[in-house]
Amino acid sequence: MSEREIMEYDVVVVGAGPAGLACAIRLKQLQPDAMVAVIEKSAEIGAHILSGAVIEPGPLDELLPGWRDKPPPVCVPVARDEFWYLTATGRRRLPTPPQQNNHGNFIVSLGALCGWLAPQAEALGVDIFPGYSASGIHFTADGAVGGVIIGDMGVSRDGTPKDTYMQGIEIHAPTTVLSEGCRGHLSKQLIKRFKLTENAQPQTYGVGMKELWRVQPGKSQPGLVQHTLGWPLDSATYGGSFIYHLDKDRIALGFVTGLDYADPEFTPFEAFQQMKHHPMVKDLLEGGEILSAGARALVEGGYQALPRAEMPGALLIGDAAGLLNVPKIKGTHQAMRSGMLAAEHLAEQSTASGFDARLKSSAIVSELHKVRNIRPGFYKGLWRGLITAAIETITAGKLPRTLTLHADHTALAKVTEYTSPDRHWGARELPPRDRLASVYFAATEHDEDQPVHLQILEPDICTSRCTQEYNNPCTRFCPASVYEMVEDADGQRLQINAANCVHCKTCDIKDPYQIINWVTPEGGSGPNYQNL
Amino acid sequence: MKILVGIKRVVDYNVRVRVLPDGSGVDTEGVKMSVNPFDEIALEEALRLREAGKASEVIVVSAGGDECQQQLRTGLAMGADRAIQIKTDGPLQPLSAARALLKVTEREQPGLVILGKQAIDDDNNQTGQMLAALWNRPQATFASEVVLDGEKATVTREVDAGLETIEVDLPAVVTVDLRLNEPRFVKLPDIMKAKRKPLDVLPLEELGVAVENDLAINTYSPPPQRQKGIMVETTEQLVQELKNRGLL
Repeated sequence: MSEREIMEYDVVVVGAGPAGLACAIRLKQLQPDAMVAVIEKSAEIGAHILSGAVIEPGPLDELLPGWRDKPPPVCVPVARDEFWYLTATGRRRLPTPPQQNNHGNFIVSLGALCGWLAPQAEALGVDIFPGYSASGIHFTADGAVGGVIIGDMGVSRDGTPKDTYMQGIEIHAPTTVLSEGCRGHLSKQLIKRFKLTENAQPQTYGVGMKELWRVQPGKSQPGLVQHTLGWPLDSATYGGSFIYHLDKDRIALGFVTGLDYADPEFTPFEAFQQMKHHPMVKDLLEGGEILSAGARALVEGGYQALPRAEMPGALLIGDAAGLLNVPKIKGTHQAMRSGMLAAEHLAEQSTASGFDARLKSSAIVSELHKVRNIRPGFYKGLWRGLITAAIETITAGKLPRTLTLHADHTALAKVTEYTSPDRHWGARELPPRDRLASVYFAATEHDEDQPVHLQILEPDICTSRCTQEYNNPCTRFCPASVYEMVEDADGQRLQINAANCVHCKTCDIKDPYQIINWVTPEGGSGPNYQNL
Repeated sequence: MKILVGIKRVVDYNVRVRVLPDGSGVDTEGVKMSVNPFDEIALEEALRLREAGKASEVIVVSAGGDECQQQLRTGLAMGADRAIQIKTDGPLQPLSAARALLKVTEREQPGLVILGKQAIDDDNNQTGQMLAALWNRPQATFASEVVLDGEKATVTREVDAGLETIEVDLPAVVTVDLRLNEPRFVKLPDIMKAKRKPLDVLPLEELGVAVENDLAINTYSPPPQRQKGIMVETTEQLVQELKNRGLL
């Protein structure tokens, strides 16, 4: 194999989400001469971005004053908040938690927002490369991060080069900024290698699924923000829904489930679909059509789980650094602010060193400190969680206690030790019929003739221990039906439909044996979300 | 010899195309746009001919608003030497597109014009043929193999009955089919190089082409929803079901 071609930059950013793009823009504002590259695995900027999303506009005001005059394509000011507790057929209005008061905020499509930020970054001279995955890390001779290695393209399933084979290049830079979002595969390797979570508690996660609907005229009330708790989940499972009313008869709705659920038979996708059949939601959607759909894991660990955000030659920002604020159900403002802070740090210091201290003493982290006990309060169920949330909110997190976290993959119970509760789920009518039908709305695409990007480190476990102990939960927690157990002449085996993958990373997180390793497929592969 | 390649900006083939609720067109808001896949194959063929020493320069041309410069840059990143944007307000119908391409062809005097056999948005399959007629030069459509030999091109065509091989005198118009080649991936440094390659903008009016919309589009509608199938137990039942539907 020949020597890889090398491109040199001052800063290489991995991932064109709100954190990475805000970082690149701020850096060029402060240092117009800096050479900044942004690598993005999706074929188009925003196509792998999925979020609610209600955002706080503060960071945008700071980064791009005047943005309100030419707002992103999907941007509706929040008019009012509603917070509901659902039972299978009824509902009860709850007071909106103060963290979720969205006065002054905007409902956006985060994908569209990134697609709108990218040309503004390019106008400042940032080189953005969509369609290329950063598949490996380049280390310098002294062991520091020295940049990234772009994945080879045109490799067949068995690893041999095809006619179209193209070797990926290396991008070298004194600083690499990792803004891959939740559970990025380079971040994951580096967190381990540099022991960045040595003094932190295990990161915890949730999986969010979202659909964008066009409903019948008149049903959407632009600016209305609704959140629900309760049904279709049992009180032991953390999660809830969001229903955001957009303009043009569009509704963005979704469901987030904490990945610390215990029931091995639980299917998060099914919970989302059930929620759509609650009378309050079903009336809204009936007669409408799905425009786009997808799923993405998110970080929920908050303050206790924060990794050290720097290592030699690189730093972590946004969800890659675990900065999402769960009680607010928002991460975008944190992502953008951390990206801007990183840019300011690099502009002053030209090194990653010192960034962690700066981040930890910033408003970004103090915001997380204040609410640190709210999410783990729900470990004891919905009602205890709400009480903890109320206490922590009233005391503004000043009580001298910090609840501990547990790793999600250890939370799964064995099939023999758990009986699924009756969740009062019924028959469904609204599309999509199943997960395969849902993947269709994600417009996900992977060349079938490429190495499988979901690596099973110990495949024997799947058909032996995992079947017995957990009844192969991957076939249920994956929102895209990537994993299937099939019978053939040699008995049962795990079939991986990698082409369905929507890059949510749930499998990498929830697999109880931690033997699924999500790696980047060929650049440009994956979902093609529209306005998610 | 120069090769001129026409490329069109279209909705990406992975996108689930949706008709606007009022039937006035297709929803393109937030939709990924790409180079028409057949045009990508056309460009790949031109680049291979240049790399084989059969051509000296490859020029990509597209008609459209400034957004089509994105697709021209993709063409330059793939390896085209320079690009021309025929600047228009909206999409051109095939005859106007052919007339505009004719003007560029007359200016550039290419030995070969390679186009995709059709664009995946309107699926017209007309522009190449019209250009050849207007230019009064031979055409070889639906190419699955192109061999250049001096003043001639031998082209294998995909036709209903199988393959047909014809010889055309150059200059000529070739339109390409799916099996001609597999387009290359763009190398990342080539994206940077493409930014520095020349891209000329020629307003349609300056070319002296009048836009004529000979086709009127009344409405767009999605294909009818497929009815749910039924399983039949016996041949008799199958016959009966077909009769019930007036199909027998």
